[in-house]
Amino acid sequence: MKNTPSVEQQLEIYHRMLLVRHLEESLGALHKEGRTRGPIHRCDGQEAVGVAATAVLEAGDKVATTHRGHAVYIGKGMAMRPVVAEILGRATGACGGRAGHMLIADAEKGVIGGNAIVGAGIPAAAGMALSMQILGTGNVAMCVFGDGAAQTGICHEAMNMAGLWKLPVVFVLEHNQFGLTVPSDVQSPVENLSIRAAGYAMPAEIVDGNDAVAVYRAVSAMVERARRGEGPGMVECKTYRIEGFSTSDMGGYQKPEDIANWKARDPLQISRTALLGEVGEAQLARIEAAAKAEVAEAFDTALSDPMPEFSIDEACNPYSEAH
Amino acid sequence: MAMMRYAEALNAALREEMQADPSVFLFGEDIGRYGGVFKVTKGLMEEFGQTRVRDTPISEQALAAMAVTAAMTGTRPVLEIMYADFVPLTLDALVNQASIYNYIWNGQVKMPFVLRTQGGGGAGAGAQHSKALDSMLAHIPGIKVVAPSTPADAKGMLKAAIRDDQPVVFLEHKLLYNTRGEVPEGDVTVPLGKAATVRAGSDISVFATSKMVIEALKAADLLAADGVSAEIIDLRSLRPLDVSAIIASISKTHHAVAVNEGWRFCGYAAELSATIMDHAFDELDAPVARVTLPDMPIPYSEPLETAMLPSAEKIRAAALKTLK
Ligand SMILES: Cc1ncc(C[n+]2csc(CCOP(=O)(O)OP(=O)(O)O)c2C)c(N)n1
Ligand SMILES: [Mg+2]
Repeated sequence: MKNTPSVEQQLEIYHRMLLVRHLEESLGALHKEGRTRGPIHRCDGQEAVGVAATAVLEAGDKVATTHRGHAVYIGKGMAMRPVVAEILGRATGACGGRAGHMLIADAEKGVIGGNAIVGAGIPAAAGMALSMQILGTGNVAMCVFGDGAAQTGICHEAMNMAGLWKLPVVFVLEHNQFGLTVPSDVQSPVENLSIRAAGYAMPAEIVDGNDAVAVYRAVSAMVERARRGEGPGMVECKTYRIEGFSTSDMGGYQKPEDIANWKARDPLQISRTALLGEVGEAQLARIEAAAKAEVAEAFDTALSDPMPEFSIDEACNPYSEAH
Repeated sequence: MAMMRYAEALNAALREEMQADPSVFLFGEDIGRYGGVFKVTKGLMEEFGQTRVRDTPISEQALAAMAVTAAMTGTRPVLEIMYADFVPLTLDALVNQASIYNYIWNGQVKMPFVLRTQGGGGAGAGAQHSKALDSMLAHIPGIKVVAPSTPADAKGMLKAAIRDDQPVVFLEHKLLYNTRGEVPEGDVTVPLGKAATVRAGSDISVFATSKMVIEALKAADLLAADGVSAEIIDLRSLRPLDVSAIIASISKTHHAVAVNEGWRFCGYAAELSATIMDHAFDELDAPVARVTLPDMPIPYSEPLETAMLPSAEKIRAAALKTLK
C-alpha cells in the first residue's frame, strides 16, 4: 500500500512508542511519590499519533506541539535524557530547567516546541511554513494539536491563511475526546472536526489514531503534497485519553467502560501484533528490553543531575549590552 | 462567622448572587460538570442548571466579547478565565469593547460583567501559567480591577463585583484557594475601592494585594524581630485605588514599600510609587521601594522560580534598605 512505512521504520516507531510509554509511566510513579513539580500531562495510550506523525518528517522539517507533547519530542528525535531532565527541572534538561515539560524545545531537531497556550501551536506551525515557503527550503511544518484546540479562534484564522497561501504545513489533530474535563460533544456540534478542512480548501483524512501505520500513511500523503507545494492538509487521528487530563486531575468524568475499551486497543499492542509476523518474538523482546533500560537510565541520571542556579542571563536578555 | 477556604468563599458568593438574581450566569472552561479546575464553581451546575452554568469550548476571545454584549443586554455574566496568562486572549473585549461603551455612548448602556481569573507563581506551572498580569489590566480606564487576599474579602468583593454595573476584573491566586479564614455569614458585601489596614505599624508602610499580602504579613513578623514596626495595607482593589488610605499611612510612617507579583517595568508597584509622589511627596523621608518580579519570563524549575518571586524576605530587605 502506498505510503506504508517499511518494517524497519515500523520497528523504530514501535521503539519510540515504547520509550514514551515508559516515560509516562515512570512520571506517573514519581508523581505518586511526590517527586515531580507542577502538573504533568501524560500521553500514554496516544503514542501512535505523536510518534508516527513525526516519523514521517525529515530532519529539516519542524513541529509545534501542545502541553501533551512527549510523544512528539521523542518522535522527532530528541534523546530521552534531556527530555527527562527538563521535566524534572534539572540544569541538564533540554532547556536548562527553564521550560518544564509543556514547553520543551530542541531547535536543532526541529522541535519548536511544546506550547501550553491551547491553540497557539496552530499558527506557530503555519508561521514556520510561511518562512519555509518564502525561503524555498522544501521543508514542511507540522502542528500536532488537540480537539480542544480546534475550537480556538486562532485555529480558524491560521488554517484559513494556510489554505489561502498553500503553505507547506500539515495539521495533525489528536482527537482524544476531551479538552481538559469537557467532552468533545460539549465543545463542538460536529463529531468529525476535520470536515472543517473543506472550508480551507485542504484535504483531510480520518484515521484510527491508535494504529501507528494508519497514522503514518495518512500523514505521509499529506506531507508529500505539502512538500510538492500543493498546500496544507489535515489528518484527524481518533484516540482516547486513558489517563487523567494531568497529574492534578481529580477525575470522575470519564466512563470506566470507555477507558477499558480504549485500553484494549492499546497502540503498542496494535503495533506489536502487526510486527510479530514480520520479525518474530525475539527481536521485539530485544527492542522492548532496550527501551525499558534506556528510560530507566535516563531517570537514574536525571534524578541525580544538579538543579539549575538562578542568575540574570545576559545572553538571553534583550536589554543587556550584548544586544 | 464561618471558617472557609478562599475557594469556598467564592463559591458561596456565586451561589448567593445566582439565587438572588436570575440574570446572573456563569460560563467558562471546565466550570460546569467538573466544578472548575480550582473547584470554585463546584455544585453550581447541579443547582442552577446548564443554561446558567455553562461549560464552554476553549474560546477565550469570543467568550469575553460575548460577555460584553450579554452584559449590555440585561444579564450579569461572570466569565471564568482559567489562568491570568490567558487573559491576553480576551484583551480586545476589555480594551476596545467593555471599557469604552459606557462613555462613548453617553451612559446609554451598562456593563455588569465580571471576569474572574487567577494568576501568580509558586506552583511550578511554567512560563505560560504563572503570571500576575494585574498592571496590564489596571492600565485600562473603564475597568475595575480587584484582588482580595482573604476568604472574607473574596466573598464580599465578588458579591459587590457581580452587583456592579461596570466591568470588573476579579483576580484570584492559585496559592490562595486553599487558605482559610473567617467569613461573615449572610449577605455581606465589601465595597470595591477600599483598602484595609491588616496590621498597624509606625515605621514603614507596605502596600500589597492578593498573595503578596500574605508575604507582607510574614515580612512584618521578620521586621518586628529587627525592631521595625511595619504597617501592612491590603489594597484589595487595584483600581479604583484607595489613595486616601495610602496617604494616611505614609503620613504616619514616612516610608513605603510597594509590592506586586507582576513585572517591575511599567508595573503596578511603579504606579503606586508615582501615586505616592503625586499625593504625599512631602511626607516621604526616603524614596519608595519596589518589590516585584524581575523583568523576565517565569522559569519552571523550582530554584529558578523561587529565586524570582517576591517574598517576605525580599520585602524585609527592601524595608530595611529604605529605612537605612
Ligand atoms: C488558551 C488556553 N485556554 C485554556 C487552557 C487550559 N487548558 C489546558 S489544556 C486544555 C484542554 C486542551 O484540550 P485539547 O486541545 O483537546 O488537548 P488535550 O489536553 O486533550 O491533549 C485546557 C482547557 C490553556 N492552556 N490555554
Ligand atoms: Mg483533547
